[in-house]
Amino acid sequence: MARTLINVPPTAKRGEVIEIKTLISHPMETGFRTGPDGALIPRDIIHRFVCTYNGEEIFSADLFPAITANPFITFTTVATESGELALSWTDDKGQTQTETAKITVE
Amino acid sequence: MILATRRDILRTGAALGTLLLVRPVMAKPADMEAAIRAFTGTAPINSGKVELVLPALVENGNSVPLTVNVAHWMEPNDYMKTIAIFNEKNPQPNVAIFHLTPRAGRATVSTRIRLGDSQKLTAIAQLSDGSFWSDEAEVIVTLPACAES
Repeated sequence: MARTLINVPPTAKRGEVIEIKTLISHPMETGFRTGPDGALIPRDIIHRFVCTYNGEEIFSADLFPAITANPFITFTTVATESGELALSWTDDKGQTQTETAKITVE
Repeated sequence: MILATRRDILRTGAALGTLLLVRPVMAKPADMEAAIRAFTGTAPINSGKVELVLPALVENGNSVPLTVNVAHWMEPNDYMKTIAIFNEKNPQPNVAIFHLTPRAGRATVSTRIRLGDSQKLTAIAQLSDGSFWSDEAEVIVTLPACAES
C-alpha cells in the first residue's frame, strides 16, 4: 500500500521505556476538498492504527481528517521481552497494511 | 407610504451577501462541546494532570506538531486509558483518540495535525478509574490548512 518509516530501538534493557515513532505515506484526503470539476473528493483517510507486541495490543488510535497527510505517531512501551512489534494501519478503502519490527531485550 | 427605499434594499442585499460569505463548513465551538460530551458523558472533567503541547504560533496549518503528556503512573490497575483531542474550528471537532495500555510505561503521545483556523484545542484524558482530566491550548495559525480551496 504505502511506504512506512518505523523507528524502534533494536536493543533495549528489560523494563526500559522505549519510544516508537511511526510514519506512513498516505494522502489522508479529508472529504472536504473539491476537485477540478467542483465535486467533493471522497474521504480517504487512515482511521485506525494498532500496535501489538508479541501479539498483545499495546497501543491503538482512532484518527480523523484533522490528522496530517502521511500520519506520524509517536508512543511508548515497556521493553518486556525480545520479540516482534506489529504495526497496522487501516484506511477508508478497507486496505490494511501491517509492518513488523524486531526488538532484542537484554 | 413607501415600504422600502432603494437604500434599504441595497442595505439588506449587502447584509445577506456577508451572511452567505461566512464559511459554511467550519465547526462551531458548540460542536466541540458536543463532541466532548459525547466522549465523557455526564462525568465531570477536572483540570490538571494533562499537558497539551502545541506551538503558540503556527505558520503552516497543514502540519502542526502536537504532544500530550499525562502525569499519571501506568500501573496494571491504575493507568491512563484514553486520550482524546478536540478542536473548535476545523470542519469536524474530533482530531484523534489514542488508546493506551499499562504496557505503555509512560502516558505520552505525539502526532501532527491540521488546523483550519486559529483556535483552541482541548485534550481530555480518561484514567482507568473513569475520571476525566483536561488541558487546553490556544493556537494562532497564519496560513490555515484547506486555504487552497
